[in-house]
Amino acid sequence: MHDAPPSRKVPFLNDPANRSIIYQTGVLLMVGVLSYYLISNTLANLDRQNIATGLGFLQKEASFEIGESPIRYSAADTYARALAVGVLNTLIVSFIGIALTVILGTLIGVARLSGNWLVSRIAAIYIEVFQDIPVLLQLFFWYAFFYEALPGPRQAVNPLSGVFLSNRGLVFAIPVYHPAYAGMGLALLIGGVAVLLLKRWAHKRQDRTGQTFPVLPVCLAVVAGLPVLTWWLAGAPTQMNVPVLKGFNFQGGLNISPEFSALLLGLVLYTAAFVAEVVRAGIQSVSRGQTEAAMAIGLKPGQILNLVILPQALRVIIPPLTSQMLNLTKNSSLAVAIGYPDFVSVAGTTINQTGQAIEGVALIMIVYLCFSLATSAFMNWYNKKMALVER
Amino acid sequence: MKRRETISVKVLAVVCMSFFLIVGMWGCGDSGKVSELQGKIAELEKQLATKDQPAPAAATAGSTLNAVRTKGFIQAGVNGDLFGFGKPDEKGVWRGLDVDTARAIAAAVFGDADKVRYTPLTAKTRFTALQSGEIDVLTRNCTQTLSRDTALGLDFAQVNYYDGQGFLIPKKLGVKSAKELDGASVCVLPGTTTELNVADFFRANGMQMKPVVIENTAELAKAFFAGRCDCLTSDASQLAGIRAVASNPKDYIILPEIISKEPLAPAVRHGDNQWKDIVSYSVWALIAAEEMGITSQNVDAMRTSSDPKIKRFLGASPGNGKALGLSENWAYNIVKQVGNYGEIFARNVGVDTPLGIERGLNALWTNGGLMYAPPFK
Repeated sequence: MHDAPPSRKVPFLNDPANRSIIYQTGVLLMVGVLSYYLISNTLANLDRQNIATGLGFLQKEASFEIGESPIRYSAADTYARALAVGVLNTLIVSFIGIALTVILGTLIGVARLSGNWLVSRIAAIYIEVFQDIPVLLQLFFWYAFFYEALPGPRQAVNPLSGVFLSNRGLVFAIPVYHPAYAGMGLALLIGGVAVLLLKRWAHKRQDRTGQTFPVLPVCLAVVAGLPVLTWWLAGAPTQMNVPVLKGFNFQGGLNISPEFSALLLGLVLYTAAFVAEVVRAGIQSVSRGQTEAAMAIGLKPGQILNLVILPQALRVIIPPLTSQMLNLTKNSSLAVAIGYPDFVSVAGTTINQTGQAIEGVALIMIVYLCFSLATSAFMNWYNKKMALVER
Repeated sequence: MKRRETISVKVLAVVCMSFFLIVGMWGCGDSGKVSELQGKIAELEKQLATKDQPAPAAATAGSTLNAVRTKGFIQAGVNGDLFGFGKPDEKGVWRGLDVDTARAIAAAVFGDADKVRYTPLTAKTRFTALQSGEIDVLTRNCTQTLSRDTALGLDFAQVNYYDGQGFLIPKKLGVKSAKELDGASVCVLPGTTTELNVADFFRANGMQMKPVVIENTAELAKAFFAGRCDCLTSDASQLAGIRAVASNPKDYIILPEIISKEPLAPAVRHGDNQWKDIVSYSVWALIAAEEMGITSQNVDAMRTSSDPKIKRFLGASPGNGKALGLSENWAYNIVKQVGNYGEIFARNVGVDTPLGIERGLNALWTNGGLMYAPPFK
């Protein structure tokens, strides 16, 4: 009776695969037509209103100064270089911010789980307070704190020789450049590679013989020792660039501005509260039985954390941690409110001076998209590395 | 098959989301105007084809006036946070020299100075607001420059205030001239020619500076008063306004150097010459009224004057209104409802106000200033 072949011909339009292709093509076409219409319409309107378009302005002289810059910059440089300074400033504050946030967030997350009542309460209060206050408000608070609480440069606090603290920022002496420092950097790099190799060797040795190797002290000795040795061999240069009060401000040395400090502090304290919760959730996701089992086979507390709990907790921690990192990077654009020259601030000035808002805003979107994609890509790679390996 | 379907649903969802995102992004501002603009483009193209006109114009002559008449009010872009120029008072009533300029235009167009709605704009958003048609006229202490006049697609009407950039500095620093500012930290409000001028000034004099650029005027002033910067730079009129809100205004001085020319003028979209004429002549009417000694107090009496100049000006002898496309008593309405330029200046920024600004460059040309109106005939 039912002897029809199993691959009965489905009408073309009723085949789900064909349908989905048709729908998707339709939607794509609609998006394409719409974007074409909007873009051509915008270009026509801009042209009609005699508004310049294109990225030609990037090669023109910027003619404005930027408060702080990791690379040499003056008003005589181009807009492209000014924007590059903005990108670098954003990168610096995001990078340092993320590093500090992860450290502080982990500490508070662990403290939150502490058996000590006082410690866990303090961590809980910290998390609640900093999570619940808008980050912009926190930035204003820290910025106002820096410029209101600290004295002017002429009455600067001088806790150590060569270190000055005022409402212009923290200024301290740095070594004058000497070829030895390049050598030290190289030595540090070599030390790092050596440490990696050593770790791998120690691991293999333990697998083979069951004997552990004191990796940490040896690593520290290699990482710290090699650069110091290089420095000594290169003639031990000690000349310092000491800041001196000249006119209105300190000249020389390295200056960490109140804007940068306020932005960094605000972002780190705010994001760390979220990271702490992420870390706590991750640790709690590992069942208590695992710890007990690890204790039963005689692992030390440090080993339990490193070998049993963290590898499992990290799988839960990393994805939400990534989104917190992205949040910190994006929130760094609030810098405009407290005068730190980040990318948005520099791009804003550029937009105003050139009048090319569409190009400027597009640049801002592209730069933040790149930051976010790069962060996600790295974290996804790390997540994969940390994912449970089934053997 | 099942798996493929879920994937395609996901793809569909992503595509739809990006679609809405794109629509949302491009749509904000003038979503409803797309079709209207398209119509205008078609119309313009037709004109171009028939008349072979060289440059396309942003707004066709008369279009702004018609649009304003249809909606029944003028949408004016103002500062919103600058005492003496554009800021609501404690009762929420807009006050200031720029606000009064916008009111004068409304009086000319509608015979009612109150038919203005205000859009507070930051230095960054002001031009975009005008370009996109969100506002009809920009009266927001805005400096006329060549690049703004050309590359931004704007047209500047008659200047309503001649300003210049200066420095505000605490007295206790003992600085007497801006040339002594080498190495100073300078508080700057962003998104203005201010950043460019101050960089030019320091470069020209071979001096170093460290700018501190804060978006919000109030926040910038707070940082300056707390000593974050050695000096604050902005247009002299703004400096007077900022100094007026200091806890002790007497502790601060404005240095004698004025490092830039800042003719502040109302701006309109490029191409609508009739609307630009109306805006320009509204400002000139304020100046001309002061020249002829007509004030809001005596304007009714002046209407019966036998002086032909005054008769033409106030519309007793018709002609001017028709030429501009306005009612004949447009200038009368301006003076009656808003006053002449001297009255506006004295009321908003003059020596008896907290700003205490002298007339200086803004005096009539007959008193050594630059305020000069063309003949109204």
